[in-house]
Amino acid sequence: MSAPSTGGASRDGYGSALLRLSSDPRVVVLEADLGKSTKSCHFRELYPERTISLGIAEQNMVLVASGMASSGKIPFASTFAIFTERGFEQVRNGVARPGLVVHLCGSHGGVHTGTDGSSAQSIEDLALYRTIPGMTVMHPCDDLSAEELTVQLLNHENPSYTRTARNKTPRMYDQETCKSLKIGKGSVLREGGDVAIISCGVMVSESMKAAEYLSSKGIEATVVDMHTLKPLDTELIDELAGKCKGLVTAEDHSVIGGLGSAVAEHVSYNGVTPLRMVGVSDRFGESGTPQELMDAMGITYGDIAISCESLMS
Amino acid sequence: MDNVQLEELARQCRRHIVRMIHSAGAGHPGGSLSAIDILVALYANKLRFDVENPDWEDRDRFVMSKGHASPAVYSILHEVGFISEADMMSFRKMGSVCQGHVDMKWTDGVDFSAGSLGMGLSFGLGCALAARMDSSDRDIWVMVGDGEIQEGQFWEAAMAADFHSVGRLNLIVDRNRIQNDDFVEVQMEVGDVAKKLSSFGWDVKEIDGHSMEEVVSAIEWSSNNISSPTAIIAHTTKGKGVSFMENNPSFHGKAPTDEELRLSLEELS
Repeated sequence: MSAPSTGGASRDGYGSALLRLSSDPRVVVLEADLGKSTKSCHFRELYPERTISLGIAEQNMVLVASGMASSGKIPFASTFAIFTERGFEQVRNGVARPGLVVHLCGSHGGVHTGTDGSSAQSIEDLALYRTIPGMTVMHPCDDLSAEELTVQLLNHENPSYTRTARNKTPRMYDQETCKSLKIGKGSVLREGGDVAIISCGVMVSESMKAAEYLSSKGIEATVVDMHTLKPLDTELIDELAGKCKGLVTAEDHSVIGGLGSAVAEHVSYNGVTPLRMVGVSDRFGESGTPQELMDAMGITYGDIAISCESLMS
Repeated sequence: MDNVQLEELARQCRRHIVRMIHSAGAGHPGGSLSAIDILVALYANKLRFDVENPDWEDRDRFVMSKGHASPAVYSILHEVGFISEADMMSFRKMGSVCQGHVDMKWTDGVDFSAGSLGMGLSFGLGCALAARMDSSDRDIWVMVGDGEIQEGQFWEAAMAADFHSVGRLNLIVDRNRIQNDDFVEVQMEVGDVAKKLSSFGWDVKEIDGHSMEEVVSAIEWSSNNISSPTAIIAHTTKGKGVSFMENNPSFHGKAPTDEELRLSLEELS
């Protein structure tokens, strides 16, 4: 299902999606000085009258968005993933609690962000937003899927948080296959009966690499792009738990509270599914290239493969 | 309503406030009693709303950012017909439409979910920006407490409101000089609020928040000024109307006892 790696980063997909959404006059875009980075700048260029600049003031941005949502608008607000966290309580109390449909996008998530260093590498955003009742939480893996899933938010009835990545990753979809994506439904990219790798974001392509490596060793892995962490596709997880020897989760996020935790919370009910988690252990990142950081954090395809092999013995 | 009628309605609301909080055994009488004269003037004479259609999109908005003053809001919502006496008196009880802090999800006529201070002006700004995009003349009113403006987000919103030149955004600061722990000047004095907001580009008026004449005229002034955001700094007395609650920090968030209720209602008769 994978296509040539000619795409952009998932944040580019967010920017393209806003342009596709622009035909609906209810759509408004909010920025906190980082529109060039999150890619909402393309919308601003064409629709300045529907773009609100709030300056470097994320808490205000979140509540301005909820005020607009209460008045019939569909706000898409973005900044770096890490800076959305400054407005976390605002999202909790001012957006989700009254059930106002605001769509928040945090770009530059994960250590994959690279040389900016640990201050910019959010590794806890998915965990935070997952705890808020009624919140949809997504982390697409490439530009095309980010675009498709963001476009689907237009008619979504819940507030959402979408993490996008700064850097390019290999495309997992093409223009046609990405149309089959659906918020809340995991996407099976590869089928194999021995082990299932459930991943999100930049780790999806690493998971595919791991699966290819494992296949050369005689181990066949299913790979799932679990772009939606909440609501979690528990039906798919149950199906995989039933047919494979175990599950491995892979994420560029703390192992505390992210995709691995979400899967663990679910499979703990059946009590028999072996599970390994590949993610950032309880530590901060640092400056470096994406690859250097992924090596240092132990979140490469090799780490995924080792976890898978450990389930086979 | 003329000023005498408004004053009588405010007295009736004050009675509701102390009864509600006594019945719940918890709540915030001080900041409810300081704010109620302004709420009465707004709801009785100014705000455009439809009790039969609380979600009417062109209604004016009232954003009670100091959400702990919920009894003040419920008392006037009861008087204008949004909620029943029974609903009002179920304040803070399990399943009540009158939650501890005002919540738009629970109560018809409430436009904002408050309880966490410092957020209301931002929300009101969002409402005002949406109204302007819709070419609607609906007015947005936001009430904050003076302790509340210690929150940095309030000033983020104040700066943004001026930057975006939203004329239909009307702010009221309930300057009652007391916050949860003590007097504002002890906790973190907010100083000359009028001067500060003026320097942020706002048109500002200072009034006695318990003089119905001044309240009514300031509301008119604010409503007629649609060229820039406007603020009314209402100098008020915490606990106004009940002698032993007036200017008394211990009645920021404490319910009256049976005897205190009796005395309160006697003073408010």
